[in-house]
Amino acid sequence: MGAAPLLSVRDLRTYFDEEGQTARAVDGVSFDLARGETLGIVGESGSGKTVTNLSILRLVPAPPGRIVGGQILFDGRDLLSLSDSDLRKVRGKRIGMIFQDPMTSLNPFMRISRQLMEVTELHLGHSRAEAFEHAVKMLELVGIPDARRRARGYPHELSGGMRQRVMIAMALSCRPELIIADEPTTALDVTIQAQILDLIRQLKADTGTSVILITHDLGVVAGMTDRLIVMYAGKVFESGSTVEIFARPANPYTRGLLLSVPDVTAMDRGDLYQIRGLPPDVAHLPPGCPFAPRCDRAEARCRETAPPMVQVAPGHFSLCHFADEVYAAPAGQPVMSGSR
Amino acid sequence: MAVTVPAAAGQGAAVKGTSLWQDAWRRLRKNRLAVAGLFIVGFVVLASLAGPPIIEWTTGYTYDYIPRDSALIRAMPPLTGPDGSFSWTHPMGTDNAGRDILARVLLGGRISLMVGLISTLVSLVIGVTYGAAAGYLGGQLDDLMMRIVDVLYALPYMMIVIVLLAMFGGQSPFGQLILLFISLGAVSWLTTARIVRGQVISLKNQEFVLAARATGVSALRIVTRHLVPNTLGPVIVYATLTIPSVMLLEAFLSFLGIGVQAPLASWGSLAADGIQNIAIFPWQLICPGVTMAVTLFSLNFLGDGLRDALDPQMRKG
Repeated sequence: MGAAPLLSVRDLRTYFDEEGQTARAVDGVSFDLARGETLGIVGESGSGKTVTNLSILRLVPAPPGRIVGGQILFDGRDLLSLSDSDLRKVRGKRIGMIFQDPMTSLNPFMRISRQLMEVTELHLGHSRAEAFEHAVKMLELVGIPDARRRARGYPHELSGGMRQRVMIAMALSCRPELIIADEPTTALDVTIQAQILDLIRQLKADTGTSVILITHDLGVVAGMTDRLIVMYAGKVFESGSTVEIFARPANPYTRGLLLSVPDVTAMDRGDLYQIRGLPPDVAHLPPGCPFAPRCDRAEARCRETAPPMVQVAPGHFSLCHFADEVYAAPAGQPVMSGSR
Repeated sequence: MAVTVPAAAGQGAAVKGTSLWQDAWRRLRKNRLAVAGLFIVGFVVLASLAGPPIIEWTTGYTYDYIPRDSALIRAMPPLTGPDGSFSWTHPMGTDNAGRDILARVLLGGRISLMVGLISTLVSLVIGVTYGAAAGYLGGQLDDLMMRIVDVLYALPYMMIVIVLLAMFGGQSPFGQLILLFISLGAVSWLTTARIVRGQVISLKNQEFVLAARATGVSALRIVTRHLVPNTLGPVIVYATLTIPSVMLLEAFLSFLGIGVQAPLASWGSLAADGIQNIAIFPWQLICPGVTMAVTLFSLNFLGDGLRDALDPQMRKG
């Protein structure tokens, strides 16, 4: 890396106030993203992946949610302290977003061309004619056949995969420096998933943008990302290079996630490993480590004191009392308490 | 940049796009009552626009032309000449002053339709703006704005209109007309505001609004470009049903003598004139009355048809 990161999230805290309780959806998340890098964020539902990324563009729904603290430095400027009109110049122009469900993220009443044109008219000062040509070009770029005619149609005429291509075209229209893709393939079937991921990879290679890929699919992360963040209960549990984390997970939670993926090549078809219990309610977190009740390695102190962030190797961090021990343990099996 | 991208699957035969409006039009055409309504409304609109000049050109009568020949200044039944024989000159007869009733009914149609359309437009502007603002801003402001609507609902709107007309009315016939547009519009926006607010609230949390915000679209533009167009279906349906109800309201006011002022005429004021002679010259009431009834029926059928066409989920059986 060396150079200043494109995006630097520092101790981000986003809380939701619900019925007198405070849910700490994102609780002290920090990470860096270099130019041209692809960062994966994985975790179970409710672990704070999506809220983290909505917080980057301050899109968290305002009445229940609020960004309590932290910094989001994008190209050196703190997005959390920008004025609304300055922030709008970043949204869509320098940071593009792709959402999970392409069926609902296009306005059903607007022609596809209008939705694409809106972005470039706003940020690049295109005239109507220029914006239309640009929209057609973008649709061709993302592989929509007969783009000129399709552009005049409405979203309901397209399939899910095609709509996701339109969303990608929209996110890429102004050649943003960062693209945040929030589970871009979750709502699509498997063959279309592969096409969309190929498309993102391809476009990333051509334009050199940075990408944040949010997913709960470890297979997607392995193939697409340079670095990885594992989130649990609003906290970063492990971060490091994707290759390193897959080879030597230093956190019992990451280890559990990796062991839960079925291996189709395995000869020994024993019972598949599973993490006990359910993710905690972020409004009622236990005092110590939030993963302790489900953890194989947990001891008394895990339930009492919050774990430290330990650097187990250069650039590889893990939030665990036993990070070094888990890091050193042989891969491919759970780490039990009292195993040594 | 030459990029090879895997072509999407399903690159099939050309599909002609059908917009939501085309779809609605197809469904509307299947509804016979609505189509009949559309034809009758269209006919009434055309007749009241083109009729008066045609009558003036063929017979010389306008809505306020009183013949010089004193023999003609009397009420004549429909399709009857001054000598009692059959004549095409006055298809709806004449009134006590010898004026052609058809010309007056057509002019009344202009005024009544205009009041219906413009007052509904006024109510739409107020209602959509108010409802969209309340729904989008939400929170306590929304609560406050909707409580105001509740209070206005509780007031007898007829009384408000009568008070407004009594306070500001009575200058010129034209001024009275403008006042009628505004005061009728000002009492019929409440339901529109509620409909739009409800729609905006359910729409504003949808992902396409988030997607628009994520591309840097401003709040005002999100409301005007993304939210309001999505509420148009129910709003149009409600508006087509508002037109006849406003027209009826206007007829009622004119019947009481506080609406449209002479020499202008509306169907309500013509009916009021006619009722004085109902025992002797019944056509003076029947002609404007039937025209108004048929038009209002047609507008209601058309409105019902539009509701079915624009909101197929609501349709049962």
